[in-house]
Amino acid sequence: MVLNPAMVALVIASLVGSLMLAYSAAFGWHLIRHWDLASGSELQLGLERHTYLISTLVAFVLASEALGLLLFVYNADRLAPLFVGAMCAVGTLNTSAFGFPALMLKILVFFAASTWLILHRLDTRGWDYPLTRVKYGLLFLIAPLILAETWFQARFFLAMDTDVITSCCGSLFGSNRKALGSELAGLPAGPAMALFFGTLGLTLGLGLGSLRRPLLGYGYALASALAFVVTLVAIVSFVSLYVYEHPHHHCPFCLLKAEYGYQGYLLYVPLFLATALGIGSGVVRPFAGVQSLSGLVEPMARHLTLASLWLFGFLTLWTALIVARSGLVLIGGAG
Amino acid sequence: MTPWLQRQRHLIDFTVEALARRKGRNLALLVVYALMVFVLASVLLFSQALRREAALLLAQAPEITVQRLVAGRMDLVPAAHLERLAGLRGVASAQGRLWGYYYDPATQANYTLMVPLTDPPPPGTMQVGPTLARFWRLGVGDVLSLRTHDGRAFPLSVQGILPTDSALVAADLVLIAEADFRAFFGIPAGLYTDLVLKVRNPREVAKVAQKVQRDLPDTRPIIREEILRTYAALFDWREGMVMVLLSGAVLAFMILAWDKASGLSAEERREIGVLKAIGWETSDILAMKLWEGLLVSVFAFLLGYLAAYVHVAAFSASLFVPVLKGWSVLYPDFALTPQVDPFQVFTLFFLTVFPYALATLVPVWRSAVADPDAVMRQ
Repeated sequence: MVLNPAMVALVIASLVGSLMLAYSAAFGWHLIRHWDLASGSELQLGLERHTYLISTLVAFVLASEALGLLLFVYNADRLAPLFVGAMCAVGTLNTSAFGFPALMLKILVFFAASTWLILHRLDTRGWDYPLTRVKYGLLFLIAPLILAETWFQARFFLAMDTDVITSCCGSLFGSNRKALGSELAGLPAGPAMALFFGTLGLTLGLGLGSLRRPLLGYGYALASALAFVVTLVAIVSFVSLYVYEHPHHHCPFCLLKAEYGYQGYLLYVPLFLATALGIGSGVVRPFAGVQSLSGLVEPMARHLTLASLWLFGFLTLWTALIVARSGLVLIGGAG
Repeated sequence: MTPWLQRQRHLIDFTVEALARRKGRNLALLVVYALMVFVLASVLLFSQALRREAALLLAQAPEITVQRLVAGRMDLVPAAHLERLAGLRGVASAQGRLWGYYYDPATQANYTLMVPLTDPPPPGTMQVGPTLARFWRLGVGDVLSLRTHDGRAFPLSVQGILPTDSALVAADLVLIAEADFRAFFGIPAGLYTDLVLKVRNPREVAKVAQKVQRDLPDTRPIIREEILRTYAALFDWREGMVMVLLSGAVLAFMILAWDKASGLSAEERREIGVLKAIGWETSDILAMKLWEGLLVSVFAFLLGYLAAYVHVAAFSASLFVPVLKGWSVLYPDFALTPQVDPFQVFTLFFLTVFPYALATLVPVWRSAVADPDAVMRQ
């Protein structure tokens, strides 16, 4: 049994987030059935007022998920010494089958919430709130995600069993658990690098193209999501190696540590933001035809695309810089 | 500046003015808020400092300690064991340690008597820990008499006083020569309290421990990493327990925050009514109220965290010591060095600002959606 303040905080945050989104989804059901902007009934007025509450709740959940994501990784890293064979967060997350799914669900909830908020922003610009039903339908997708996340996280924490000294004997010989895999294996550096720069190049190209031809915007949104996955793969397979200057240290979380100058933040923060904005830019596009949003969608999509492009551009340059600056030579070393 | 930023700036301006207009009310909330941050932050900073001390201490510890068990109890280890272990492959050095406890009726405390592995004091002399020296007002050359296992007086003159920087372990420590130790406790030559092994390659530690257990089944090897793990788990658990216990306080605070946020004064209600009447939208009022919460939170957080830092650094967290440190009679007064790390700040943020935001969300929304004419008429 492991218990520490961060775990208490994370469990509380997830529970509260789940409650909020479950409430929002339940309200969404009510709203979808009764929403009628033409009506001036008390019911409709109540619904309209509640939409302010719901959007605030989702924003709150988004903020707490973003911070919770960091805390979750930090906490996993901190707990690593408690487990035999665990060197950093990867080891802790590997202590049970629930660690990595919990992390992935957290990331998914983050993107779902950010997409929702972008839609919400567009919606409030139209005089007749044209996307209300879409938005509240989307909540039915997000609520199960966060519920699953809460469950996985709780199982992950509860399943932790540390190898501490018991009164009868040293624990080492009591457990025959095999040492935890503390490393993530990655693609070989060469292909991974080609994949990363290729995908990012494609993403940037599509993004620039979409500024002229809006239809490419869908491609850009897809490419953003792809770039997110590819960047994670790249971090595991070569970026981390160059940062640590060690040919076998693949950990994507140690980058966030003080030993490496917190370089990870300059990778992850732009990556998450760029992906969220990039996906958002594609998600708003289908509503260009809505009458009350005419002339609003395109500028907003452009805006999102531009912001996201800057961030992806920065990410690409920063990665290139890491590789160039590093003392490690993985490919074609001279001599 | 973009219009959005400018808008937020004006909102903040307005909010600060509004906060200043209701000083008494907001100060009360701020004090309670800061107090809660203070309590939680003290616990976190204090146990962080303890954890650091423990890690510093154990960094010097040998990789493996070998104890002998007889009928499930710790027993003295014969020298034959030592020779056997020294021959194990991977063991850089094996040494027998001699240490024990001595209960002193005069101070009603346990001293730790130990023979140092390197340069022990000459027979008849001792080196004492700072707390002990202070208690007996001992200086170099003074003589302190202890009672041996068979009741004789055993005078030892002070050869030196241990430095204070390792106060946590050295407080009640008495270092003496091996011959003195054996005579004092009546331990015959050829027996040790326990054995310590140094292992050159850290990856071989577990293997060596396994060999120890295989060759000498009556012993139990304890690996340094295991001690570290146990300490870490223990501190974490204590910290977590304190947090769970304090959750009642957090809950009470949330109720207060909820109450404060929902009980708008007539004046505030009129203010919101007027703002709406002159064109503020619901979302503006919401933004203003959220800014208000954020400003109060940041201020209270900084205040509480700072106070907690001072509490731990300057007063050694005197309010929580009994819960977190455990107890011992001759506990050293050691200066703690609290460390601010981002992990801790995040945790604390979640445990304080998060509940506050949560408690004020619904009341804030309620006040923001109110109709201007309805609120003004009330």
